[in-house]
Amino acid sequence: MSEIVFERVSHDFEAELVVDDVSLVLRERRVGIVGANGSGKSTLARMINGLVTPASGRVVVDGLDVARQGREVRRRVGFVFTNADNQIVMPTVREDVAFTLRRHRLEKADAAARVDAALDRVGLTDLAERPAHRLSGGQKQLLAIASVLVAAPAIVVADEPTTLLDARNARRVAEHFESLDQQLVVVSHQLELLESFDRVVVMEAGRVVADDVPGAALDAYRALIG
Amino acid sequence: MIGVFHPGTSLVHRAPALLKLGVLAVIVTTVALLGSLAWLGAASVLVVVLFAIARVPFALAWRQVVPILWVLAFAVPVQVIFGGWEAAALMALRLVLAVALAALYTLTTPVSATLDAMQALLRPFRRWVDADRIGLALALAVRCVPLLADLVREVLEARKARGAEGSILALAVPVIVRALRTAEHLGEALTARGFDD
Repeated sequence: MSEIVFERVSHDFEAELVVDDVSLVLRERRVGIVGANGSGKSTLARMINGLVTPASGRVVVDGLDVARQGREVRRRVGFVFTNADNQIVMPTVREDVAFTLRRHRLEKADAAARVDAALDRVGLTDLAERPAHRLSGGQKQLLAIASVLVAAPAIVVADEPTTLLDARNARRVAEHFESLDQQLVVVSHQLELLESFDRVVVMEAGRVVADDVPGAALDAYRALIG
Repeated sequence: MIGVFHPGTSLVHRAPALLKLGVLAVIVTTVALLGSLAWLGAASVLVVVLFAIARVPFALAWRQVVPILWVLAFAVPVQVIFGGWEAAALMALRLVLAVALAALYTLTTPVSATLDAMQALLRPFRRWVDADRIGLALALAVRCVPLLADLVREVLEARKARGAEGSILALAVPVIVRALRTAEHLGEALTARGFDD
């Protein structure tokens, strides 16, 4: 299993401290991060693959310093965003999944096999030739997951991946996350999604205020939000 | 190019994108140079045959050509007045054939194949031009059309809900702000997918 290390990490946006001296070592297979809006949880998740570089401290993924070895880290860490629409680049479902591999310089047959496997994994094989922007919200999020999985990352980070989905699609997406072999870090407001995880980190005003197994951590979060 | 690809296994579908682009350029140039209605009629038959070989449904092909008919509805009468009916017919046929051929290309060629073709074309100039970057820019341009169309539709609905139908400000400000935010998110997503240089 991979290892994500935050060493005394702090970050601010326009003089406002959003992550405040956070130190964590994440080795568990499935880690959840919860917190109110503005608590710094999304910023923390974005630091894992270098979308945000901390103002101080450092983030290390499997021994790689994210600030200095960002490209290598991003090959190991896939990222699923809240709004899948922002993640779609190519017109059709198959092309969008294949787009991730354009920089991998694979043989065409190898790339096609990996795309087929990723589409099959999330159940989008029948929609492979459909225009990606015409999929439903749930299907778009599954496409985003396939676009990440096709690169075979060691770690998958997801920032509120079910927030924009209805209950049925959210359940479907959550089931796909639960079945992943990779180390998984999920930022979510939907607490039931994190109940079966190995560890949950609770953020408040940029700091870690609880870090425990889901039962205890989620109780602490519920107490926090009243 | 925006989601009009019609999957298939015909000869036209299987032909390399670069070859199709070359043939498209040759035929469109020839059509532009043909000065007689008889020759343009023959070219029209050729285009119909190409659509038949590609097994593109008539309704789908027709949808690609219809937009140019609206343009012709204004352009043809003007051309009849200033150049006569024959010049108007030549212009109309040339435009319809060019649009139909371009549509045939997009209906039978995935965008990724076009990007590969572009990159192959640019490869000899790689000392001066970054083919990957141009391919990515083209892909993003294609992607942004439906993205911006959805964005404008949502803002128009919001404007209507607020009873500000006539307000340019209520349309322009949210569209520009959301377009910039979308561009930022798209850039972030590209970075996350390894396109970070």
